[in-house]
Amino acid sequence: MIRTQAVSRAYGDALVVDNVTLDIPAGGVTSIIGPNGAGKSTLLSMVSRLLDMSAGTVTVDGLDVTRTPSDVLARRLSILRQDNHVSARITVRDLVAFGRYPHSKGRLTAQDRHQIDQAIAYLDLGALANRFLDELSGGQRQRAFVAMVLAQDTDYVLLDEPLNNLDMKHAMGMMKLMRQAASELGKTVVLVLHDINFASWYSDYIVAMKHGKVAAQGAGPEMIRPEVLSEIYEMDIKVHEIGGQLISVYYG
Amino acid sequence: MPKLIFGVLAILVLAVISLFIGVSDVTPMSLFSSSPEDRPMQVLLISRIPRTLALILSGSALAVAGLLMQMLARNRFVEPGTAGTVESAIFGILLITILWPASPLLAKMLAATVTALIGTALFMQILRRIPLRSTLMVPLVGIMLGGVIASVTDFFAYRLDLLQTLGTWQLGDFSAVLRGRYELLWIGALLVGIAWYAADRFTVAGLGQDFTTNLGLNYRRVLTLGLSIVAMVTATVVVSVGTIPFLGLIVPNLVAMAVGDNARRAIPWIVLLGAGFVLICDIIGRVIRFPYEIPIGTVFGVIGSALFLYLLLRRRPADA
Repeated sequence: MIRTQAVSRAYGDALVVDNVTLDIPAGGVTSIIGPNGAGKSTLLSMVSRLLDMSAGTVTVDGLDVTRTPSDVLARRLSILRQDNHVSARITVRDLVAFGRYPHSKGRLTAQDRHQIDQAIAYLDLGALANRFLDELSGGQRQRAFVAMVLAQDTDYVLLDEPLNNLDMKHAMGMMKLMRQAASELGKTVVLVLHDINFASWYSDYIVAMKHGKVAAQGAGPEMIRPEVLSEIYEMDIKVHEIGGQLISVYYG
Repeated sequence: MPKLIFGVLAILVLAVISLFIGVSDVTPMSLFSSSPEDRPMQVLLISRIPRTLALILSGSALAVAGLLMQMLARNRFVEPGTAGTVESAIFGILLITILWPASPLLAKMLAATVTALIGTALFMQILRRIPLRSTLMVPLVGIMLGGVIASVTDFFAYRLDLLQTLGTWQLGDFSAVLRGRYELLWIGALLVGIAWYAADRFTVAGLGQDFTTNLGLNYRRVLTLGLSIVAMVTATVVVSVGTIPFLGLIVPNLVAMAVGDNARRAIPWIVLLGAGFVLICDIIGRVIRFPYEIPIGTVFGVIGSALFLYLLLRRRPADA
């Protein structure tokens, strides 16, 4: 379980994350939704020790993320932020192989190689494995980054807007993969998502943030309701049931 | 791997050619026909072998330092010469020359290491504060910083009548290399070894701070290790033979085009290509106006700036 206790982050006078106390259950897919500037990415960065907290504590399976040695944490929890500008010219396979660094420290075993091949196959990157990152499209690069994080094979996988740059097919493939990772491999997947229909369709648990606070949280059906969503996004959102799934409609 | 062996052989051939160029009559024949105490063998041992070794050592170490700078600054166009490192090192040497005129080479090198480290750290700090990190902005900032430091150095050197001495560090020249005056460069070889040992860490750091932290590495520690290696390499080379502009920029870029940036794979090639480039430029400088010499800094400056322009112009949009 990921547990945040009274976590805050201030930039000057502005509180971007404001006293958030939240339990993200172990196992399953949890999506964090909310409008721009709600503090979703900032919270995720603090949970994954990429960003220092102004106040509060975060524990992952009881390990305090600011006190646990970083390499120990790297075998438990992986994080991929949005907007990764990588200018280094390395191949997809090498990038994915670096996902094994916390385990192998650079000396790859047969087990490591197996994990790398598997991650490459999962993200449909077989044909691109020996291409350099700077020769790929934005979506292909995004998949390569996710493959690296999967190769890291951690219990907790945190992805900030993993659907960025992906076309519909690969966005759906990515979400199916996350579901599969949760249900078959028992991983805890935490995603920041902008598309609430993707969140609705694939998540077990949804956390909504607004103005740096948790505005609402609950299982999918509790959250995908017109009154909840309209309140969070400050716009008119209708919810329809289509094929047994709750789909939000907010166009027009 | 077979390609690497081919590369090593090419360097060996260049090294042998380099050994037998010069005013004094040193040929394989004259070596065999004279006794070890005679002039040919003595010239070979005291002057030629040290010079060739110095070329190989400084060329490879500077090229690897360039790669490390590019990884850590995450910019293709940074190297010790475009990050204020070289100018800071020269400032350090001037400082210790003023304070302790009879200081040994090792003390000069240590002083240069300290100032090079401070100057490069300053450059990295400035980079963090630039809001728009356009690709070309970064080396421009470094060149400006270097210009500021160099002008301070020039001022003091001018006032204290040390401008001529200053020139020997500013312009790479191997003609004065003799046994007993180049051995510090072996430290560069040791540092290259450390860089290769820690290669994965530098590649990961090249992916950015977030990736580095995610993989459980301490970004600041990798940065400190890398910058220390860069500062020390620069200091040893500047103290021993002077600077070679563009070397650390061109070699890693050429290698990146062919084998990519994964340091584990790139460093052996960078070592070979760095040494090869310097050997070739030195040979050109020695034969073009025979029996006079053109300093390698000048030769490389001409070839290097042409190659630099080529690299700038062929830049793909993805690098921006």
